[in-house]
This record gives sequence, structure tokens and C-alpha cells, in this order.
Amino acid sequence: MGTLLRTSFSDPGVLPRATPDEAADLERQIGNTEDIANGSSSGGYRPPPRTKEVIINGQTVKLKYCFTCKIFRPPRASHCSLCDNCVERFDHHCPWVGNCVGKRNYRFFYMFILSLSFLTVFIFAFVITHVILRSQQTGFLNALKDSPASVLEAVVCFFSVWSIVGLSGFHTYLISSNQTTNEDIKGSWSNKRGKENYNPYSYGNIFTNCCAALCGPLSPSLIDRRGFIQPDTPQLAGPSNGITMYGATQSQSNMCDQDQCIQSTKFVLQAAATPLLQSEPSITSEELPLPGKTTISGPCATLTLGQPTPPSSMPNLTSDSGLTDMIPLKEEHEGHQFLTPEEAPSPPGMLPSGSPIIHSHTMHVLSLASQDSLHEDSVRGLVKLSSV
Amino acid sequence: MATEVHSLQELRRSASLATKVFVQRDYSDGTTCQFQTKFPPELESRIERQLFEETVKTLNSFYAEAEKIGGSSYLEGCLACATAYFIFLCMETHYEKVLKKISKYIQEQNEKIYAPRGLLLTDPLERGMRVIEISIYEDRCSSGSSSSGSSSSSSGGGGGGAGGR
Repeated sequence: MGTLLRTSFSDPGVLPRATPDEAADLERQIGNTEDIANGSSSGGYRPPPRTKEVIINGQTVKLKYCFTCKIFRPPRASHCSLCDNCVERFDHHCPWVGNCVGKRNYRFFYMFILSLSFLTVFIFAFVITHVILRSQQTGFLNALKDSPASVLEAVVCFFSVWSIVGLSGFHTYLISSNQTTNEDIKGSWSNKRGKENYNPYSYGNIFTNCCAALCGPLSPSLIDRRGFIQPDTPQLAGPSNGITMYGATQSQSNMCDQDQCIQSTKFVLQAAATPLLQSEPSITSEELPLPGKTTISGPCATLTLGQPTPPSSMPNLTSDSGLTDMIPLKEEHEGHQFLTPEEAPSPPGMLPSGSPIIHSHTMHVLSLASQDSLHEDSVRGLVKLSSV
Repeated sequence: MATEVHSLQELRRSASLATKVFVQRDYSDGTTCQFQTKFPPELESRIERQLFEETVKTLNSFYAEAEKIGGSSYLEGCLACATAYFIFLCMETHYEKVLKKISKYIQEQNEKIYAPRGLLLTDPLERGMRVIEISIYEDRCSSGSSSSGSSSSSSGGGGGGAGGR
């Protein structure tokens, strides 16, 4: 169960989309080389499809340009259309688990199917034993009549054993040869393509391959899964990612002048005190994307606490009358903004200890508000707070 | 920390963002995180080639150390597996420790070498480990409009802030 949950809910190694500057820079480079090649301007918004070739360990690997994410995909990465993200070392998208299987959660996935195969074999064995023991006493047909559930269980288990154990075996093979399902299906490194074709990522030794895949270092998540999506950027449906950091900082500066911003920030300042700064600041300063337009009217926003469940670590804000007794926040907080994006996306394993602290300070919270621009405003306010 | 932060802040107040240079990843070693040491032409007049290359090489070595597979990383992985990964509630992974070292190094480089030259390094972690973003600032005679000043401070803030960690 643990491995299933871990596979389902951990980040498979999603690559954040490129910031607009990066994308522009890349497109310029692609455009330039195309111009040189064609001798004329390429024109149009989309540059023509482009691949870069890299030589890895003696093998030529083509890196493709991803139009959705606006990056050149690293080797072994692939864009998952279901998740709408590029994933590093993309294996496959598993519908049973409801998540992509990639670099960061492959080991959990493998342990899941391994433990599941043991479980199915275990259950199957015991169902058979149970039926046999009963039939020794009362005869085979009677035994089946007495416990009809066993029949059903046996049938289900039989099919499960074959499929799950088969899958485990397949993935064991993949791990030992250090390939992904994607590569195996495409036959990228198979001998059939040519004698010179070999897997450049394999370490040569089966044992090393296994250890590297299962026990190797786990890289941290590159996406910010607890921030909020800026409504102006229509790109994301799922977890927010690095691009929101960039967008957030920009609009943060634009919004600073508005009264609502100051009011909400004041409230948050009073609500969450300094311990927030000393504690794991990663939550509060996640790049909170700011709405392009704020329409805070009087008693609209609600300040809520980050609930015990991780996703809502950001408090919402209420612009109640309680705002008036806040410490006025000067414009100089703008200068401190740069501290806020400093909190790079924290690894998901590190549960921020800040949330209980927010909790204790906002006991007078009203209710959980829906996610709207006010929410993001308050979040922004909290971000500024942490930088003070 | 506060003083360093303020000096970077003042830099940004008096300068405006001219352009950004991106140092891309170098995949010739496989999927390990390495950056190209090729010197970008835009930095030609700004910084000595050797300083830049040394920075990138040091960063590359840090990342190689983080991703190194050896006895200690195996032990860590097996221990984590044995404790059902609860151990990561108590301790950081080796990778995270190295990432902290990297951000300290970047901050130090920014203060000592890049900020005096009107440049700012952004931690690659903030850009999804795709690029090292180097922001180039031009000195302005006047403070300029508030929007451009604040945009430069906010975009440069990512790098300074990252270094500040």
C-alpha cells in the first residue's frame, strides 16, 4: 500500500516548462540556425521541428524539441500527453496508479508490483490450499459448494498472478538492462537495429544497473506542487511548476502598489508571526502566482489556515474589518521581494514544519475559502511576510 | 545575510536588466546534470573567461557529487527502503545536502565575482535544472521608471534570493 501511494502521489520527475525568456532564447537560436540553413527567414510563430544530436557514450542520441514545454528534452525524457508534462526518464503512464512512472518514482512502482505479485501468489496459494483441505474432508465438489467465494478468488488470482508476475518479470529485465519501457517498445537499443547499437546508459553490469535504479540517489522535485496557479497563465491544469515562480515575481512587483495588496499583507503579517521565518520557509514562499487583476471588495476574502493536509498550506485571507489594525506595510517590502523566490521548490519529502505554526497563529480564522484571486493575494501577502 | 541582501538590492535599484544569457545542459555524459562550459559571447566584455569556466566546472562537480552512485548512496537508499522512507522525515538526502551547498556557493560567487561586474547567477534548481541563467545588468545613471526598476529587482531577485539560501 505504501509503495502504491508513494508511486501515485510522488512527482515522477516532471520537468518544469521553460520560462518565457528561456523559450525566447531557444527559439531565437533555432530561428538563427534555420535562417542560416535555409537562407531565408523562417517566419511564423512556431519554428520548424528541431532536433539536436548529442553523442552519449559513443551513441548518437536525438534530443527533440517539445513544443508544449518549450524545451529540448533531455535524453530519455518524454512528454506525457495524459499528464501534459515532460517527464524525465519516462517509463510509461500507468492508469492503475494514475500517474506517470518516471525517474523519481520508478523504484516505488517496481516495489509496488513486486509486492503485489508476492501478494497474489500468496493469496492464490492459500486459496488452493483451502480448497484442497476442505475437499479432503468433504470431497471436491462439496468443498466448492461450501465456499463459493474461494472459486471466485481462485479465478481472479489466477489471472492476476499471470499478469502481475509477468509485469514484474518484464520490469526486472528492464531494470537490469537499464532501459525504459518506452525505449524497449521502440527498440531503441535493440541489437536488431544494427550491430553497433547498444544502450549507452547501461553500466554494463546487471547488479550495478539494478542498484542504480533502485537504490541510487533520489533527485528532488523540480516543480512546486503547493503553489497556486496564476489565473493569467492558461498553461497549467495540473501541478504548478517553475514557470509560476517567474510569473509571480513579475506580477508581484506590479501589484505592490495596490491597496488591497497592502491590506491583505498587513493582515497576514499580524496573523503569521516571525516564527514562520525561522521555520521551514519553503511553504510560505513558494512562488505564489499573483493574479493580474485583483478585485478585492470589502469582506470577501477569508483567512484560512493551512489545513493538516499538505496541499493547502497557504492561508486564505479575509479583508475584514480586522485589517485596519494591521501594521502598515511600506512599499519597501518590494525591495525584499527577491528573498521570496529564493525558496526553490522544496523536496516533497521534507514536510514543512511551518504549517503548524501558521495554524497556531490563525485561530481566529473563519472558514475555508474557495481558491480565487483573493486567496492568491493573501498567499502573496504571506510570501512577502516571510521575506521581511 | 541582511547586509549582503541589501547590497544586491542596491545593485538592482541602480541597474536595469539588459539581457539574460542561458548556459544549457551538456548531455554528452548521459543524463547526469552537467552544464556546458562554452563561454557565451555576450559575456565577452563582462567577465574573464577563466572565472566563468571555473564557476561552471565547480557547479558540474557539485552535481556529479550529488548524483554519484557508490557505497554511501546505496546505503542511504537501502536504509530508506527499510524504514519505508520515513527516515526522510528526520534527515535530508545526500542530494539535498549537496543542493544546499550549491546554493551557498552560488550566493558566494554572486557576491564576490558576479555582482561587482553587474551579473547575477540564478540557481539552476529554480529553472528546473535546465539552464544556468545569467542576468546582465546595465548601470543606469538615473533610477529609471518604477516598473522597470521593480521588474529588474523581481527577476534578479530570484537569483539573489536563491543564493541567499
